[in-house]
Amino acid sequence: MDKTKKQEQTSTHKIGIYLWIWGLLFVLSFFSYMVDWYQFQGMLRWSLILFFMFLKAGLIMAFFMHLYWERYALVNVLLWPMTAIACFIFLMVAEFEYTVFTRFFYFVVGG
Amino acid sequence: MSDIKIEGYEFKPGFKGMAKDTGSDQTMFKGVHWGKAMMWIFLLSDTFIFSCFLISYMKGRGSTIIDWPNPSEVFGLHVFGVDVPLLLIAIMTFVLITSSGTMALAVKYGYEKNKKMCGWLILATAIGGLTFVGMQAFEWSKLIHEGVRPWENPFGAPQFGSFFFMITGFHGTHVSIGVIFLFIYAYKTFAGHYDEGKRGWFTSMKGDYVEIEILGLYWHFVDLVWVFIFAFFYLW
Repeated sequence: MDKTKKQEQTSTHKIGIYLWIWGLLFVLSFFSYMVDWYQFQGMLRWSLILFFMFLKAGLIMAFFMHLYWERYALVNVLLWPMTAIACFIFLMVAEFEYTVFTRFFYFVVGG
Repeated sequence: MSDIKIEGYEFKPGFKGMAKDTGSDQTMFKGVHWGKAMMWIFLLSDTFIFSCFLISYMKGRGSTIIDWPNPSEVFGLHVFGVDVPLLLIAIMTFVLITSSGTMALAVKYGYEKNKKMCGWLILATAIGGLTFVGMQAFEWSKLIHEGVRPWENPFGAPQFGSFFFMITGFHGTHVSIGVIFLFIYAYKTFAGHYDEGKRGWFTSMKGDYVEIEILGLYWHFVDLVWVFIFAFFYLW
């Protein structure tokens, strides 16, 4: 029984999928470098940077780290805690906006 | 991976499967090696550490009223008479992605019990990581020469240096540790420890190619963190 179990576990994915993801990561990295090369500014720059970043991160996690093929019990344990990070980001955005506001305010009004 | 079988247990897909796995009064992560589950838990905690660094960087950068140094100039290189923005960082990114790809292939060949291919690919990954650390050392020494310190720098907001050294330093430490383990695992692969089921140093666990996947998870995570550092620190 042990032997058959081993056999089943060794079945792997085709090499093509890895090469595709690898190629895509190169292309996406090249694009995100191009964002800097052409000196895009403002909202266009930020949205492009974030878009390429999340796409790259998603590809790495889904295929290189095999999350796409894992069972939901594992995937959900890993991904839900990320919402806590998102909350933290929102809190700290509010915090730095307040800090920079008070700094400007007291520079103008005086202490 | 996904095609596991446990006698007397019916696997269901999706969220139904998740509920059944979780409430099954057995192991929750079915078909997942305990080492792999623990590596994932560790990576989750590491994600929180790096998130805290990047969030504090966001807060520091957002709340300063002095202009932040322009990263594409600070990290630019002067080669063949032209200024190329972010050149070194772009090369570092490509090196790290290359090593991530070789690692993914090493995991695949490991599961196919192809000892030679697996070993060589791990070795290639280790060399890629070593190149990355070398370039990072070059970058640090360049910036230190230009007068960047954790408390001051000639380009703008003084917080820049402390965030830069902290975040890239912590990431570089992760890469260095990864490189050490990659060399050890390359040796263990070539020596056939995973074919024979030889026991490791730290555990009494029998050697198995699943260890290559666990190491791979760590290495891909290092690459993953770099994706975020590249976006937020160097491009933003």
